[in-house]
Amino acid sequence: MRHFILQTVLAVFLIGIVPSFAFEIEEQKAYDGLTGGRQLAILSTADVDVFEPIIRAFQIQNPKVDITYVTSGSTNVMKAIYEEAAQFDLVISSAMDLQTKLANDGFAMEHTSEKVASLPVWAKWRNQIFGFTQEPAVMVISESAFGDLEVPRTRQELIELLRDNPETFKGKVGTYDVRSSGLGYLFATQDSRNTESFWRLTEVMGRLDAQLYCCSGGMIADVASGKLALAYNVLGSYAESQLAGTDGLRIVPLDDFVGVMLRTALIPKGAKNSSDAGKMIDFLAEFGANTNLPALTGLPPISENAEELGTVLRPIKLGPGLLVFLDKQRRETFLRSWTSSIKQ
Amino acid sequence: MIRFFSTSSIRRRLVIQLSVMAALLSIVFFLVVRTVAEQAAADTQDNILSASATSIADALYSERGMVRVELPYSALSMLGTISEDRVFYRIVADGETVTGYDDLQVPKTSRRGRGSQFATSQYRGEEVRVVSLARVVSNGDRGADVRIIVAQTRRGLAAISSQITTTAMAVAIGFFLMATALSVLAAQSAVAPLKRLALSVTRRGPKDLRAVVTKTPGELVPLVDALNNFMLRLRASLTRSEEFIAEAAHRVRTPLATVRTQAEVVHRQMEKPENRKALREMIRAVDESSRSAGQLLDHAMVTFRTDQLEKVEVDLVELAADLCERLQPTAELKDIDIQKHLPNAKATILGDPILLQNAARNVLDNAIKYSSAESSIEVRVIQKSDGIELKVIDQGRGFGDADLRKLTGRFSRGNNVDDVVGSGLGLTIVDEVLRVHNGTLSIEPNEKGEGACVTLFFKQS
Repeated sequence: MRHFILQTVLAVFLIGIVPSFAFEIEEQKAYDGLTGGRQLAILSTADVDVFEPIIRAFQIQNPKVDITYVTSGSTNVMKAIYEEAAQFDLVISSAMDLQTKLANDGFAMEHTSEKVASLPVWAKWRNQIFGFTQEPAVMVISESAFGDLEVPRTRQELIELLRDNPETFKGKVGTYDVRSSGLGYLFATQDSRNTESFWRLTEVMGRLDAQLYCCSGGMIADVASGKLALAYNVLGSYAESQLAGTDGLRIVPLDDFVGVMLRTALIPKGAKNSSDAGKMIDFLAEFGANTNLPALTGLPPISENAEELGTVLRPIKLGPGLLVFLDKQRRETFLRSWTSSIKQ
Repeated sequence: MIRFFSTSSIRRRLVIQLSVMAALLSIVFFLVVRTVAEQAAADTQDNILSASATSIADALYSERGMVRVELPYSALSMLGTISEDRVFYRIVADGETVTGYDDLQVPKTSRRGRGSQFATSQYRGEEVRVVSLARVVSNGDRGADVRIIVAQTRRGLAAISSQITTTAMAVAIGFFLMATALSVLAAQSAVAPLKRLALSVTRRGPKDLRAVVTKTPGELVPLVDALNNFMLRLRASLTRSEEFIAEAAHRVRTPLATVRTQAEVVHRQMEKPENRKALREMIRAVDESSRSAGQLLDHAMVTFRTDQLEKVEVDLVELAADLCERLQPTAELKDIDIQKHLPNAKATILGDPILLQNAARNVLDNAIKYSSAESSIEVRVIQKSDGIELKVIDQGRGFGDADLRKLTGRFSRGNNVDDVVGSGLGLTIVDEVLRVHNGTLSIEPNEKGEGACVTLFFKQS
């Protein structure tokens, strides 16, 4: 009991001394190791409650590591490292393109170990970025709103369905606001590469007065509450964990292709505790193999044969290709087209 | 070095020279492969960079007086296919950055042209390969000078290069080892005829002066010819000297016989004991000389016959019996009893009957000569499992502790024979005869007391 109080006091104290950041943070939490002593600062886009089981499990193996977990949006995470040189030891983000840019532009440190060596080649880049989850973009529908309507299996069917039933879907279609959501932008740009129907779909959604969201969570909640009939490009992992207790919701992976995002970790240059950050990366690299963490977090681990599943699953490839849509002009033109399509 | 080469073996020289050549070739091979492969890898990177820049150039357009670009996805993703290298780009129109990395240097190029130009420089702390492509984009009424710069780090290239280096090194070392092994074999086969020749010459007996007929390669023919020529001359010279000795002995022996006969006649007529004694001394000296001359003749004959040995079947039993009969009178003069122990069956070997007879006679003659009067001599022929022994056992003074090898030397005599007439050639003849007949001579003390046992052993094959 006394020990517990001491830890709590210590935790509060530590929160007190964590420096304030110039960029906008969403949440910040300190986890003390059993013995403590070494500081590991993590900047992440994953919510605290999603990531907490991983931190706890890591600290069981590494009791000396005190962890400060700070969450923010992917764009802010990028900005913190790229522009403000914020002091973190590990950066975890769902925005693969921004992580790639960090590595490409020389803001990441190399990490090599047996554990990351056993990761599939497509799940890492330059030994600087390491994927540890693969999360599909799915469509979530409300069964009650659909009623008798047939659930579309492809984007083409989805376009036809929306076009034919404007009264059902008017104002009840949700998707990412790609201007503010890094992940939304990533999914949208990859969609635009993968299929010609992306722009038509965007136009159709625009005509139906689509609702725009910053995050998957909000969309799923609104589908569950009946405010939305359909949410497009929702993070499958979030949907699954939130759908567990909700009736009338359905996850629909489209048959033509399913974009798959890798949640990635990198050690920023200037990290004070790169060795523990490396340990965390090793831990994440095999987080699917040896624990019940995937179930606890709802994050699907990397699976070796994801590429073999081939035709349907399209894991987004790490590499310089991701820099293209981060190009100032390319982003400008993309957002301009997208905005004119969605706002009608 | 020159001295080393002139004295070291041909084989070693060949191996060293071939190995050095193999090493040089391996090094050349390694350098060539590495250079070519690295050039190819570098060209690959240049080609992809060029393709990337070209695809960006194709995506240039102008909008409201501004040069714009819609960066194609493939322009950068293609650079990620060969390696995990960092990629940078910049598009400049009339000196103003359109998009990309502002601080990426525009490489200075010597000539203006539409083609891709390449340079290697430093950017963000790493070596980068830079391609620069110039385009003119029509922008309203005038054209804008646009430069597209795409850069990629060279880590992948370094990895490929080190892999190529390792492979080329391994192949070169393998090549060198194989070539060295082959050069050892080649050297061995090159000197094999020499070895064969040397062996065929070494294996000859000391008297074998026949021409060498071993098959030899062309290069060795002069050497073999010279050797054969030399041996021919040597043989002629030896023959001449043997002939000379025989001739001399012959010339001496005949007058000696006359001198002896005359001396005996005079001896009988002499009455004064001192004169008779002097004459006896003279006769004895004449005998000694005559015997020596006889043995010299014998020896010359043996040498000649052993040179041109003709082998026929010889029955040693018959030979021994015949010999005993022939020497019976000499033995009787000293009242020596020759006991023959001969088997009933024949004991034949292949050999020259005259040489064999001569050898046997010399042994028996020696036995009679060195035995005291009224003793006996045993002559035995014994059939053994692997050959035939001819033994002569006497009760004489033996050979003392003299060395057999010395005794068989020319003109060498035992050290206890001063009072007996002898030339020192007897055992030499025996030894030579036995040698050409593949036999052995052994001399032991008589087991049954005084005297010696001389054994001639002939191997039967």
